[in-house]
Amino acid sequence: MEFGATRDVVILGSGPAGLTAAIYAARGELRPLVLEGEPSSTSDQPGGQLMLTTEVENFPGFTDGVLGPELMASMRAQAGRFGAEILTERASKVDLSASPIALWIGDPQAPEPTLTTKALIVATGARSLMLGVPNEARLLGYGVSTCATCDGFFFRGKQIIVVGGGDSALEEALFLTKFGEKVTVVHRRKELRASKIMQDRAFTNDKISFRWDSVVVGINGDERVSGVRVRDVNTGEESDIAADGVFEAIGHAPTTELFSGQLEIDEAGYLVTHEGTKTNVLGVFACGDVQDHAYRQAVTAAGSGCMAAIDAERYLSSLAEN
Amino acid sequence: MSDVITVSDDTFDEAVGLSDIPVVVDFWAEWCGPCKMVAPILDEIATAQAGKLKVVKLNVDDNPRTAQRFQVMSIPTLLLFKNGEAQARIVGARSKSQILSEFEPHL
Repeated sequence: MEFGATRDVVILGSGPAGLTAAIYAARGELRPLVLEGEPSSTSDQPGGQLMLTTEVENFPGFTDGVLGPELMASMRAQAGRFGAEILTERASKVDLSASPIALWIGDPQAPEPTLTTKALIVATGARSLMLGVPNEARLLGYGVSTCATCDGFFFRGKQIIVVGGGDSALEEALFLTKFGEKVTVVHRRKELRASKIMQDRAFTNDKISFRWDSVVVGINGDERVSGVRVRDVNTGEESDIAADGVFEAIGHAPTTELFSGQLEIDEAGYLVTHEGTKTNVLGVFACGDVQDHAYRQAVTAAGSGCMAAIDAERYLSSLAEN
Repeated sequence: MSDVITVSDDTFDEAVGLSDIPVVVDFWAEWCGPCKMVAPILDEIATAQAGKLKVVKLNVDDNPRTAQRFQVMSIPTLLLFKNGEAQARIVGARSKSQILSEFEPHL
């Protein structure tokens, strides 16, 4: 890959934060380059978490809602219209102490960086957590799923387990009632974290039942899922729930491995920002879920992506003045 | 014009089972976001490997029998067939280099 001269701004990530930053930076004639990551079910997710959802009902401007993948395709096209360049590659290494900032694609041991940039916008987001229990990895694709929208269809008339207690868990559970005969939500506490509207919908749905105060300790099944083993957190007793499909929605962790030792990271693992989207390194800005443990919404991610592009633009003009 | 061929429950055996060259089958559906990311990658592979490797796609929505027959329970799923036998399987979206390196040993 040949990139030639130092770029003005490179954006890592292509969810709502990264693409909004790209739209603003492109309109500011900064010719942004977006590294959207590599498609993979467990690490990168070009387009971000909305690629794995169905109806998005709370993004302003869509009276009747919009499909997650459609919304992201529009944002991508919009960024492209103003000249943003989008590459389906992931950065394998960054050197933020270098001036200009150095980025590697492919072999991180290569002596020379693949490209250099004056400003960097980090929008690497957060990725779904897996349970990490026995048989989970082996049965992924054989009843264990990380994407209800993709795989719900295969569980028509079947028994389904959803693990988790937040909005995404209930959204998946409600979506899966279209296919499954019965959906059991397994949650480690006695009450849900999910919003009131989602709770009301789940509680009034006949197909959904709850297994409270329970954690999944293993997935059962030889060639395909036959159920899960759960432990009651109060009594410690273990029991099996029969099921054909297991959908996990137990939360997300920010994607920050690339920046470890270079950017300030808080106790929960999120990048620390100050005065808008600035990080502790001059010229490096962070936006979206990688730095947000409070709101984590598509619209807040998009908002912070806009902020990052404006912050980067101001930084670049300050460089030009000096 | 894409080099990827569309197959159905009815044409699967002829297109895949009787092929002289290895075949990659892309099990996909309209409502699957990650499937849309894999599609252009498979287009590229089909064009680059034309004559050596055939790439076909099967819509699981319209063709549930074939999906069931190969125990596809998650999409995208890519299956590599050689002489009519499934040799390798990739579940979930992957990059072009990952797909090629997983299938290469079987080609």
